[in-house]
Amino acid sequence: MSAAGPTDRVVLAHGGGGELMNRLLREHVVPVLGNPTLAPLTDGAVLPRPEGELVFTTDSYVVTPLEFPGGTIGRLAVAGTVNDLAVMGATPLALSLGLILEEGLSLARFDRILADIAATAAEAGVPVVTGDTKVIERRQRSGVGKDDVADSLFINTAGVGVRRLDARLGVDRVQPADTVLFSGRIAEHGLTILSVRNGIEFDTELRTDAAPLNHLVAALLDSGADVKFLRDATRGGVAGVLTDVSEGRNVGVEIEEERLPVSRTARHAAEMLGLDPLVTANEGVIVAVVAGADAERALAALRGDPRGRNAAVVGRIVESDPPMVELLTQAGGRRVVQRPYGEELPRIC
Amino acid sequence: MCLAVPGKVISVSGSDSETGRTAVVDLQGNRVETSLALTPEAGEGDWVLMHAGFAIEVIDEDHAREIWQYLSAVIDPDSSSAATEQDQP
Amino acid sequence: MTRATQTSLLAQQIADAVKGRDRVQVMEVCGTHTVSIFRNGIRSLLPPNVRLISGPGCPVCVTAQRHIDAAIELASRAGLTVATYGDMIRVPGRVDSLETLRARGADIRVVNSARTALQLAQRNVSRQVVFLGVGFETTAPATAATILEAEQLGINNFSVLASHKLVVPAMMALLDDGDVPLDGFLCPGHVSVIIGVRAYEPIAARYGKACVIAGFEAQAILVGLLRLMQLVGQGRASVENAYAGIVREDGNPAARRLMERVFVTCDAPWRALGVIPASGLELAPAYERFDAAKRFDIVIGEDCDPPGCRCGEVIQGKVEPLECGLFGSDCTPVHPVGPCMVSSEGTCAAWFKYHWPSMRQEGRT
Repeated sequence: MSAAGPTDRVVLAHGGGGELMNRLLREHVVPVLGNPTLAPLTDGAVLPRPEGELVFTTDSYVVTPLEFPGGTIGRLAVAGTVNDLAVMGATPLALSLGLILEEGLSLARFDRILADIAATAAEAGVPVVTGDTKVIERRQRSGVGKDDVADSLFINTAGVGVRRLDARLGVDRVQPADTVLFSGRIAEHGLTILSVRNGIEFDTELRTDAAPLNHLVAALLDSGADVKFLRDATRGGVAGVLTDVSEGRNVGVEIEEERLPVSRTARHAAEMLGLDPLVTANEGVIVAVVAGADAERALAALRGDPRGRNAAVVGRIVESDPPMVELLTQAGGRRVVQRPYGEELPRIC
Repeated sequence: MCLAVPGKVISVSGSDSETGRTAVVDLQGNRVETSLALTPEAGEGDWVLMHAGFAIEVIDEDHAREIWQYLSAVIDPDSSSAATEQDQP
Repeated sequence: MTRATQTSLLAQQIADAVKGRDRVQVMEVCGTHTVSIFRNGIRSLLPPNVRLISGPGCPVCVTAQRHIDAAIELASRAGLTVATYGDMIRVPGRVDSLETLRARGADIRVVNSARTALQLAQRNVSRQVVFLGVGFETTAPATAATILEAEQLGINNFSVLASHKLVVPAMMALLDDGDVPLDGFLCPGHVSVIIGVRAYEPIAARYGKACVIAGFEAQAILVGLLRLMQLVGQGRASVENAYAGIVREDGNPAARRLMERVFVTCDAPWRALGVIPASGLELAPAYERFDAAKRFDIVIGEDCDPPGCRCGEVIQGKVEPLECGLFGSDCTPVHPVGPCMVSSEGTCAAWFKYHWPSMRQEGRT
């Protein structure tokens, strides 16, 4: 394949540091992500000295397919890191963007993902100030029907933020009688991804819930409610976060099945696939533990933000020996909730 | 022992052969291609019980909705309207 | 009346129906019932003199190791794609599982329907696609219909490794064995959609056990259990349909006809239970060319159950998971030894998932 002249796919030379890479950055990356800090493409970004403690986080994104209903890997990459900063009680300042492209990735797809990154960053109000691009050799594929994975892209984002002075967050602060809230409907991301996975595709109204939630968290913290703990529920579902709280603080968590925010469509898709919404992945849901007395205030603050309109109080922290997470079922029974043991596979039987 | 969920037949296609009839079945906002080979009597507008990509039975609407209602009961308990549809972001 | 009120009323009625009885033991033979019972905390609603046993209702749990090994052998062949329901991916064979094999490059695809496997074959004529036919009577007609479709479309690169099982013969084998005294059965709702109500009559007539067909949500299970307790309490061995809106007296004859055209009944090996007569399905002579074992010359070997694994006894209700020495130590959902732990419907997996903290308390981490 000739490296000279226009091409509609990524070639190895795009990662070579030479003219082709320069063109890739100037013609595809910078125009879309462009901001004064990124544009000069220096080795690093200089940021103004912040007032307060720095919070620093990183995450990598390897989801397939790269594009799915409601978003792309690009949206996940920005939202995920912004949200990690937000739940640490930090105001996000800036992001880095590391891209690993596979030789053969269509440039049109690359452009769509970049546009998604830019849009999500703009939504969050957080700029991408520095980055890196590498290209790897095209990998061997075996087997049938794998065309949709013919091009791959991996993303790493790191983010830096300033901790809010009024944020006193940590599992150590959690106490019995505290209230547990979910900021939105659960299980939608995981189910959306499954709906486009080869072998089990189905049409659905579901969309990924991936979204930057820094404004939502700010609204919650601004409300004056005593917020003790925040975490974004990603892989492992809300069950993963609740188990973390229970184990980390040696307390019980009681949630009520009737109060769980789950859409009808998600509920049915989960039922069809034999999956439990509690352990299904999210990308735009925050689990919050707040002082019991502030539950209403916290709920109102969440619901006042467009990203929190489906927020719900789902349960409470209790004394429990041994510590465990329990679901009070619709039927009036009780059962334990645990982290899933790995990827929950759709089942038929 | 197997997961089966009720849905409504939105459209029927495929050949009229024994195994070629298929349908698009709606499951509350999820649309699934389903074979009608096991329910030759099923037609558009019918409610069926769906398992592993096949309709295994034609069921009456009341029973289907009863199961749907059970599955849907956990949405948005604070909402005044029971028919809360999914908001788009 | 709220749901919770309804269910506590049902729970009270169940207790009343068996008041004064020493011990009532009933079995459910449906993986989906197993999961629903655990997920809804049904056992916490039952009176102490009722023991609800989870029987061999999980098709994954009862698939003989030799069939897993055959699937692994097939998946190891070049040019061959194995398509399977997700349930089967992590079940251990003698050495490997389909999951570990896939990590080493084998082409193994999870599908939700046998027809998807057939479509894979249609789109990739240079490869052979083998579908793992697992499941009870709910699922067997789907496999049968797919084989017929392959025949009608003239698709030559599709075949099935058949290991479907039949529920009623298994129930009879458990009763013949006699080790676990049972008063009745909660019967699987969706299998019954296919086989109908009368299929259970031999259980009542020959063995004198009550059978109630029940749906899957919590209330439906409690209604089914209540009816079962009432029959047991009255000493009546009859078959009743508590899922009447969905299950018909005669089931789905069209589905059964397809099943009977493509398959014939055979003696089948059940994992850890041994060979149960007339309890499985194999391809009828007219459809032998779709038999993957024959097409690819696969020898179905012998089982070699891992030492210490008591899945067979768990499946029969002879022991509870806690009584297995491997449970919670060598055998956990993260590193399962036997199929009861691998399958999300397996009794051990369900126990571990839903009762783990209390087990930890007993020092069984």
